[in-house]
Amino acid sequence: MAIDIDTARKVARLARIRVEDADLPKLAEQLSGILGFMEQLNEVDVTGVEPMVSVTPMRLKRRADVVTDGNIQAQVLKNAPDAREGFFAVPKVVE
Amino acid sequence: MSAKVTGANSWTIAAARDALRKGEISAVDLTMSCLAAIDAGDALNAFVHKTPEIALEQARAADARLKGGDAPAMCGIPLGIKDLFCTRGVPSQAASNILRGFRPEYESTVTAKLFEAGAVMLGKLNMDEFAMGSSNETSCYGNAVNPWKVDDRLLTPGGSSGGSAAAVAADLCLGATGTDTGGSIRQPAAFTGIVGIKPTYGRVSRWGIVAFASSLDQAGPMTKTVRDAAIMLGAMAGHDPKDSTSADIPVPDFEAALTGDIRGKVIGIPKEYRMDGMPGEIEALWARGIEMMRDAGAEVRDISLPHTKYALPAYYVIAPAEASSNLARYDGVRYGHRAKLAAGDGITEMYEKTRAEGFGPEVQRRIMVGTYVLSAGFYDAYYNRARKVRALIKRDFETVFAQGVDAILTPATPSAAFGLGEMADADPVKMYLNDVFTVTVNLAGLPGISVPVGLDGQGLPLGLQLIGRPWEEADLLNYAHVLESRAGFVAKAGKWW
Repeated sequence: MAIDIDTARKVARLARIRVEDADLPKLAEQLSGILGFMEQLNEVDVTGVEPMVSVTPMRLKRRADVVTDGNIQAQVLKNAPDAREGFFAVPKVVE
Repeated sequence: MSAKVTGANSWTIAAARDALRKGEISAVDLTMSCLAAIDAGDALNAFVHKTPEIALEQARAADARLKGGDAPAMCGIPLGIKDLFCTRGVPSQAASNILRGFRPEYESTVTAKLFEAGAVMLGKLNMDEFAMGSSNETSCYGNAVNPWKVDDRLLTPGGSSGGSAAAVAADLCLGATGTDTGGSIRQPAAFTGIVGIKPTYGRVSRWGIVAFASSLDQAGPMTKTVRDAAIMLGAMAGHDPKDSTSADIPVPDFEAALTGDIRGKVIGIPKEYRMDGMPGEIEALWARGIEMMRDAGAEVRDISLPHTKYALPAYYVIAPAEASSNLARYDGVRYGHRAKLAAGDGITEMYEKTRAEGFGPEVQRRIMVGTYVLSAGFYDAYYNRARKVRALIKRDFETVFAQGVDAILTPATPSAAFGLGEMADADPVKMYLNDVFTVTVNLAGLPGISVPVGLDGQGLPLGLQLIGRPWEEADLLNYAHVLESRAGFVAKAGKWW
């Protein structure tokens, strides 16, 4: 399935990656190429096949619902590009 | 340093372990020998963050343990660590600009286990950005270079664990950690004439390893010999409560399994791996490998894995889908890069600019492919269909194992190492074809190992891959050990750097 420029723009927006208008045609072409490669999957008869969830048939372990960590605010914030007064700081979210 | 320890950086892990235990060399001298080789090897661009102070401190601690007689196999062994592993206080940026400056406050389970066993970290190794690539050319550090060279061209060490492969092949370290989502340990190992094993999914904890595609990612050792791979895997493997997919089963003594006896074992040869346009040299290498296994007393059997052809397209749906979700965390808020904002920019502009600046083109492409195949209206057509095909690929393997096949022998790569820059203008799909023999193994969660078997006409290394039953890495390593002994591959890259 060919990806047009509008679809490429929409995908970039969903992925939260800024793509300049001038770069959209090349992006659309590359995405079309990759998706075209995937079209081969339509040749496979998948009737009655369950989509794989986990490669090993395992039940995920459960643990007691108790606090095992915490009180490491300084460590959590250590790598933040902008941390103030014990919080991550971001531009205004709500007008 | 005494004369007899000159060149200790070129030793195997097994030889170094024995020499350390006998007191023939100290961990500090062994480490210094590697540090000198690393400084002389900058042209390879394999080590992107050197950690000599940490290395010497760990080596001194290892010497104290060795003196005390409390020395596990990896005690005092100098290693390189792929940049994908979080190492406390040391840059860990997955070769991406979006993690520039990130110094984790925690240690990955794999590196923590290696350090508990006394291993020494020499530094962090180059790789493709977020492990997405097959030539190391997507790295924010610039590409690593293959120590093998036959003319004026610089060759790729493969990817994504290209820095690990180059460092081990060039004797900058005794072994290195790698990770493998579609072939990222085995392809670079084959391109550089070393051994690389991807264990069964769940054998090694993924905790603290920067995630690419969580249902496919698995870490493993990259080493000079199969014995070294067995030793190092033993130290990396084991259950970890912090990774819910880590298997709670005992880790066998992998080295003890290297008996060299494979008589009566059944080695499957899948006809679907004989691809159109496969170079004659790869075909001939494979035939030689088959002969070696037969010679060692194994029964060689033709088998069929009918869905092989669909593994690459299924992989290139599933891996980007998981990546688009995993990489959503790089938003410029908690760690790494944040774009400079213009007046009036809100949080959406911050996300979009940060991610456009921080991610390289291949990573952006994969995130967008993943976003597309997971988006409303296409989820069933692409993502669910790929997961169904994945189930069929796994069933192919289960069927042949149930018929008595113990391991499967295939080529590791469709070619020898290619020139850096040669694929620059190629369609992205062309680069993906590098994974054609390895990607099935990740989709099925199986263990796979690449073993150097010969040189091509130009003098570049070629490898074969052995695929094992789930959790049977011990037997798989034994088959690999037999292949390695019979192939007698001892060639090394001539030192030009």
